[in-house]
Amino acid sequence: MSYFIAFRTIVTKEIFRFIRIWPQTLLPPAITTALYFLIFGKLIGDRIGTVNGVSYMDYIVPGIILMSVISHSYANVVSSFYSTKFQRNIEELLVAPVPNWIILSGYVSGGIIRGLLVGTVVALISLLFADIDIKNIYIALSIMILTATLFSLAGFINAVLAESFDDISIIPNFVLTPLSYLGGVFYSVKMLPDIWQYISLGNPILYMINAFRYGLIGVTDVDIQLAFMMTGGFILTLTLISLFLLYKGIGIKN
Amino acid sequence: MNALSIRNLKKTYNNGFEALKGIDLDVRAGDFFALLGPNGAGKSTTIGIISSLVNETSGSVSIFGHDLKAERSLAKSCLGLVPQEVNFNQFDTVKSIVFNQAGYYGTPRKLALQRTEYCLKQMDLWDKRDMVSRRLSGGMKRRVMIARAMVHAPKLLILDEPTAGVDIEIRRSMWKMMQEVNEQGTTIILTTHYLEEAESLCRNIAIIDQGRIVENTDMASLLARLHVDHFILDLAESLELAPIISGYQIKRIADKVLDVAVPKEIGLNYLFNQLSAQNITVVSLKNKSNRLEQLFMDLIDTKPSEHSL
Repeated sequence: MSYFIAFRTIVTKEIFRFIRIWPQTLLPPAITTALYFLIFGKLIGDRIGTVNGVSYMDYIVPGIILMSVISHSYANVVSSFYSTKFQRNIEELLVAPVPNWIILSGYVSGGIIRGLLVGTVVALISLLFADIDIKNIYIALSIMILTATLFSLAGFINAVLAESFDDISIIPNFVLTPLSYLGGVFYSVKMLPDIWQYISLGNPILYMINAFRYGLIGVTDVDIQLAFMMTGGFILTLTLISLFLLYKGIGIKN
Repeated sequence: MNALSIRNLKKTYNNGFEALKGIDLDVRAGDFFALLGPNGAGKSTTIGIISSLVNETSGSVSIFGHDLKAERSLAKSCLGLVPQEVNFNQFDTVKSIVFNQAGYYGTPRKLALQRTEYCLKQMDLWDKRDMVSRRLSGGMKRRVMIARAMVHAPKLLILDEPTAGVDIEIRRSMWKMMQEVNEQGTTIILTTHYLEEAESLCRNIAIIDQGRIVENTDMASLLARLHVDHFILDLAESLELAPIISGYQIKRIADKVLDVAVPKEIGLNYLFNQLSAQNITVVSLKNKSNRLEQLFMDLIDTKPSEHSL
């Protein structure tokens, strides 16, 4: 029994799925982020000047790229796995000799690939507006992949526990989007009053965005090592939770 | 060797419903086995546990000697399942549904493509291979599920009401297909509400009711327990009244049609002799109803400890 073939089958299926519906999965982030760059970066940014020593346009590019990675890696797994549950074709996997960790890694890989693909599309669009001189490609790429992994796992858990389509839109709308906007995409937390700076440090997305910003333009509000440790810790925790849910069959089996 | 062995299998759902109360069941390799029972008897729970879709409360299941807990991967590799309800992605093409299932079983790409083609051709679906599955008819969807279950060449195939809701023509073709698959060496476990289907296809049978196996025997022995067969006789000429023949219960149900209860110890020859003596000519005869249905109703109406046939 080759687990790699099973893994490859899940990943290929996932890639075909989001490529097949590219007007829903790849086109909207391209349009939305182009508008972000145009309105916030160009029109408003020109009046703001610099933030932490870089132009406002350059400052917001990393945050907008990572915000797209977060939302799309999450959305890919939550929608795909929930519809797999909803249509009951999860049974195809449960009947087959596919271990839980292969199911998890297959779906999470699909989320990572979509997140990175969307991130690449947004990065290419940013080139029309900003002239980024990448400071540390390794930090930028590794935090991007880790972030996509983390939010793919979060999407997976959401899908496993969801009992209706409403349940898969609550977290993205009421948790992820606010945390992303408050995670320093458009501003430096140092611009906030002390109390809000302190509160912002409880937002994990702040660390990821700043680590990615450091990799791209060399500017950060947080400690990079702490950002990696925090992201790694969350990935480990969510992986264990996901495997536990699959092992117990919660939300999947009777 | 047993294709399937179940020992003291119990299942109690979270709401307290005790679906299985400790069942034991053996299905021999190569058998065509019927698992029958009324709605809510525990058939689907049993199949769900065998196919890892339902977690058991206690007990053990082994498939071709591989324990489902200890040798999960090996046990699952032997099994193919055709579920009761359509459970594939309605947006996928027919070919991708079957091909992906081969991938889940670790079948290499080239072999998976060959097996997909073979199974779709066997199910008469090859010309529909690129069609999105939601556009298929109900019968075709069922055949897709059979092709999907067979793509990894399982040694044990479980068909959970495979012919429910399909027309007679498709049902007959599916029977033929199931017999061919069984003749090629695949063990088949069939659940169905069409008892005629079980009677004509299966060699052995278990009947489950209220979470317990109430009968587990071969089909011939079970049918031999029937003491009376009912036949419908079509006559050459009309009759005003039903003839009276000692030992038989005869009803006139139309001008030229009689319903006769024939005790097995007397048989048909004496009946025909007596009818001929009364100048009544029989044009044709047929079984009034499915014999298994009669036994089935007897069994599930009787508590396990009380029933005896």
